[in-house]
Parts: sequence; structure tokens; C-alpha cells
Amino acid sequence: MKEIIKIVDLKRYFKVGEETVKALRGVSFTIHEGEFVTIMGTSGSGKSTLLNTLGCLDTPTSGEYLLDGISVQKMGKNERAKIRNRKIGFIFQNYNLLPKTTAMENVELPLIYNPTVSAKERAERAERCLRDVGLGERLYHKSNQMSGGQQQRVAIARALVNNPVIILADEATGNLDTRTSFSILTLFQRLHREGKTIIFVTHNPDLALYSSRNIMLRDGRITSDEYNHNIQSAEEALRALPKDMDE
Amino acid sequence: MIAANLLKVALKAMNNNKMRCFLTMLGVIIGVGAVIAMLAIGQGSKNSIKAQISEMGSNMIMIFPGSENRGGVRQSASDMQTLKPADYEALSREAQGILYMTPTVNGSGQWIYGNNNYPSQAQGVNTQYLDIRQRTVSEGEMFTEEDVRNAAKVCVLGKTLVENLFPDGTDPIGKVVRFGKIPMTVIGVLDEKGYNTMGQDQDDLALVPYTTVMKRVLASDYLQGIQASAVDENRTQETISEITDILRDQHRLREDQDSDFTIRSMQELAEMISSTSSMMTVLLAAVAGISLLVGGIGIMNIMIVSVTERTREIGLRMSIGATGRDIMMQFLIEAVILSVTGGILGILIGALATWMISIFANWPVAISTTSVVLSFAVCTIIGIVFGFYPAAKASRLDPIEAIRYE
Ligand SMILES: Nc1ncnc2c1ncn2[C@@H]1O[C@H](COP(=O)(O)OP(=O)(O)OP(=O)(O)O)[C@@H](O)[C@H]1O
Ligand SMILES: [Mg+2]
Repeated sequence: MKEIIKIVDLKRYFKVGEETVKALRGVSFTIHEGEFVTIMGTSGSGKSTLLNTLGCLDTPTSGEYLLDGISVQKMGKNERAKIRNRKIGFIFQNYNLLPKTTAMENVELPLIYNPTVSAKERAERAERCLRDVGLGERLYHKSNQMSGGQQQRVAIARALVNNPVIILADEATGNLDTRTSFSILTLFQRLHREGKTIIFVTHNPDLALYSSRNIMLRDGRITSDEYNHNIQSAEEALRALPKDMDE
Repeated sequence: MIAANLLKVALKAMNNNKMRCFLTMLGVIIGVGAVIAMLAIGQGSKNSIKAQISEMGSNMIMIFPGSENRGGVRQSASDMQTLKPADYEALSREAQGILYMTPTVNGSGQWIYGNNNYPSQAQGVNTQYLDIRQRTVSEGEMFTEEDVRNAAKVCVLGKTLVENLFPDGTDPIGKVVRFGKIPMTVIGVLDEKGYNTMGQDQDDLALVPYTTVMKRVLASDYLQGIQASAVDENRTQETISEITDILRDQHRLREDQDSDFTIRSMQELAEMISSTSSMMTVLLAAVAGISLLVGGIGIMNIMIVSVTERTREIGLRMSIGATGRDIMMQFLIEAVILSVTGGILGILIGALATWMISIFANWPVAISTTSVVLSFAVCTIIGIVFGFYPAAKASRLDPIEAIRYE
């Protein structure tokens, strides 16, 4: 499998007034196409910062980031925008949906900036993705009329709609009940089987059982990086859940 | 393709803020409305002056007593008594460039017949007046050269006077009417002309031999003016200098003395009036243009607020793949829609205002296609120019910072 993500000694410092916050203090790893990586770590350990950098949203203070062999730092703004639009599906920790806007419109958003997708195809794809995350009944509900978990699922659908090569999820199941989070996890495992590369930030240590690799962060450094050769099936776990648990 | 999507995005954003959009547009609406109405008034008065001048004959030359009024210095009564019948006679003897010519002396007073009276004028002229003004006598006859020589007490009435003095429809020819205390026999009635483009009644007049007005009405030896028509309207200027020479000679003026009379040609007058009215139009349009500018600044202001308010939205759009250019286009489209919609509404309101002015104030107006096209173009430009700064500001945002913006 080819290397799709390669970071070398990545550092990201933030200046806050007089002080410098060192969010990432030199992180290196390589992710191959088709891996399902979970990233764990305490709050403030730099997970979101790392994910933003991988998603071409943030630029590191120093270090090298090669995406598909191409240096991201050397790309122009527009090139990075195009990569975000076509290659990457990003799920934000706090959803970031457009207010006063329906689920459909939120999910269609990335395709608006892709001239190769017609209005008809856009609507079809958005609807399919919303059904995949279990929101088939909520297509035309506005974002502020939905629960936190539903908003999170809209955000997931939005990340899938452009059929990305890499999916970056920041706490994608953080707000969901066990049953829904397992069904989302099932969806991610299916995407993984279809060959997508997934990087999944989570606080839930149990989820490491369902990914192919787990990276632990602490204070902006990697403390462990382990492969999981015995991936469990989220679908089975879902079926094993007691039926009446959430109802 | 993307442009169509961005148009939808912009329309949706505006739809979420209808009231604010309307208020923003108001500046442009008022500005454009004012421009359209002002230019319509300016154009209308220009057109009516042109029409009037061609009505009066563009080869007309008018001679007034008194030197040219410089710097608004008031001229005394004696300055105004410089034209005499002798001057007129000299001109008719010597001036080659003059086709027709009449002295003018007007007396104002009441015209009376029986119980009816009507305040008007007695216009003292000679027989050539009809040729200069292109009028005819429709009933009876014009007075003759002999009547002029004898200062005969005869008059030719306009239709308005006839209607007021003979309301029962009596035939006025041969009747004796009075102008003040002086009895005059009606020998003719002028053709009906109605109102001219300036709204003056061209039938509210009575022609009397000028000698009669001088001797019997005003008891004056002086003329109030001489009207003439040039043989060739393209040689008006030469005719004017010919007249000047004759009159200066007649008045025995030395080289260094100013002329004690003023000559105006209709052409000159036309140019003067139309240049004043163009200046007025420019002034009015400038005032209106300033209000349009203010409207544009209003758009810029609201767009800046809107960009700040929607920083998070911009950050999100960028983070899922909108380029700076896409964001810029979105806000530019919004600004242009605001200004162009404002412009269209402004054109409609300006047209409405113009129509009301013509109905209620009875002013001549004309909306020119140029002013409509121009306002439309100016609005588009205003939208682009004033929308550019906020749009550029939006397009330069950093996605991750914008998305964190509170
Ligand atoms: N824009 C910023 N400016 C200043 N400091 C920042 C900024 N973004 C992150 N940080 C700091 O960097 C550190 C890492 O933050 P980050 O959001 O990556 O943590 P995290 O691992 O995602 O935590 P959580 O699990 O709570 O989401 C924190 O100490 C945070 O305060
Ligand atoms: Mg985080």
C-alpha cells in the first residue's frame, strides 16, 4: 500500500500574549492508504491541532507534511482548498453546521464548490449520505431544530458527500448514545473496507478495538503507536447490544 | 456553474435578512430615483426651449435699448430711451441683411367692450410683425401702412381677447372697443395658436399700429425694441454687425464709446438658455450623484458588517473547499444584487416621480434612455466598487481562524 500521509517532526506553536503554547512538539508518522487510525489522548494533548494540520486547514510551525507525496506547505491556498474539497472529508469536533439551514443544504455544501457535480446529482448524493447516517426522516429539518447527536450525524454526512479519499473525524461519536455510535462505527468500518483512509480522534479507549491502528498523544508527543491485528466488527457489537437499551 | 451556485447562496443570505437588504437598497433607490427625475426635468426644459425657438423662427434678431447689462449694474430709465423711430427708418433704408422688421412698443391696460373687460396689452407693431412671427389674420384684415402713418385707432385682436370681450359670440369686426380710455375699431382677428411649449397663451394679445401706442397710449418718442428677421439665418452674425454699424452711426457714437443698445439673435439666446439649463442639469445630476455615492457607501457598510457577522460561515465554507475567489464572488454578487435591484427600483420610482411632476407641476419632462442606461451601469459599478473591499476582506480570511471566531 502506498504512503498517503507522511509527517516528519511536525511542530505547532501558538502565541498567546507573551506565552507560547506548544500544541505539537515534534510528531512523526506515516499512514498508508486504507488504514483506519484512531488517535487518543487527554484533553489538550494536541489531537485537534494535529487533525487540522492533516486536513490542510492549519499550517505547522515547522516540520514536513507530505500528502500523497506532495508537500502541503508548498501548495498555494487555492490548491489546498481544492484538496479539502475533493480529497478530504472533515468532521469537526463542534459540528460547524450552517445555522438556519436544512440538513440537505448543509450536506450539499461541499459539492456547491465542485463544478463537475450537477444540482441533481448533488441532491441525490446528499440524500444518500443522510440516509446512511440514519437521518432519512430529517432531510429538511433546520440545523437548529436538531439534537446534538443529529447535528453530529449531519456533519458526518457532509464529510462523506464528496466521496473523499481520507476521512478525518474529530470526536465523531462523542455525542451519540451507544447504539447510534456503533451504527456510525459500522458505517466507518464499511468505508474502511471500501478502501478509504480514516483517522478518527476519540476519547473512548474501547474504540481502539475496532480500528487497525491506535496512536496515543500526550502533551504534543506520541506516546504509543500500535497496530491492531484483531479488528472487531462493530456490526456484531451492534447486534449484541440489548434491544431496549436506548428506547 | 459555480457562479450559479454562488448566486443561489447570495440570494439565500439576502433572503435571511430582507429588512436589512431593503434599508441598504434605500440609499441607492433614492439616489437613482433622484438622478432619473432630475435629468428628466433638465432634458424636458431643454426640449421645450428648442421647440420654442424653432416656433419663433431661428433667424430672429431683437434690438433693445440700453447697453449690455454688465455685472448686474442697474440701468437708469434714460439709458433705456435710446431707440427712436428714426433708427428704425435708418435700418429699413440701409440694412441689406434684414428681411422683415418691426418696431415694438407695448402698453398695458384694460381692454373694454360694453360690460366686459380684460386686462392685457396693446402691442404696437407694424404690418411686418405677421411675417416675422409667422401669424395670419383669420377674420377681417390687418391694419395698413397708412394706418401706421396716421396712428389710426384700429386693432387686430387675438382669440383670447375676442372670447373675453365678446362672450356671446358677436362678430367683433367693426365694433369699437376701448383700450383704457382710447376707443379703437376692431378690424381683424388673429389666427388661433393656443399655448406655446412654455405655457404662454399666444392668443392673449392685441396688435395696434406702433405709432398709435407711442402717441396715444404712452405719449413717448422712444421705441421699446425692434424685432427683425434676417434674410439668411446662417448669416445672422453678419446682419448683427451691419445693424450695429448703422445704429452706432445713427447715434453718433465715437469709437471708444459703448453701444447704447443691445442686439440679441434667437440663436444666441437659444445657446444661452440651453447652456444655463445644461449647467442646471449638471448641478442637479451632481447632487443626485452624491446621494447615489452615499447609497454605495451604505452598501459597503452593510457588507462589512455582514462579513464580520458571517466570519464563522466563511471559515466553514473555506474549510470544506471554497476558495478565496468563491467567497469573494459570493459577497460581490450580493453587493451587486443589492445595488442593481436598488437601481431598478430607483429607476421605477424616478419615472413615477417624473410622471407626477409633469402631471401636478405641469413641467416639461423627458426621461432619456441614456439616463436609464447610465444609472443602471453606475449602479452595477457602485456594487462592484463598494462591494469589493468587504468581499476582498472576506476572501482573505484564514479558514481555521475564521471558524473559531466568536
Ligand atoms: N488557536 C489556538 N490558539 C492558542 N492555543 C491553541 C489554539 N488551538 C489550540 N491551542 C492550544 O493547543 C493545545 C492543544 O489543543 P487541541 O485543541 O489540539 O487539544 P485536543 O487534544 O483536541 O483536546 P480536546 O480533547 O479537549 O479536544 C491546547 O493547550 C490549546 O489550548
Ligand atoms: Mg479536540
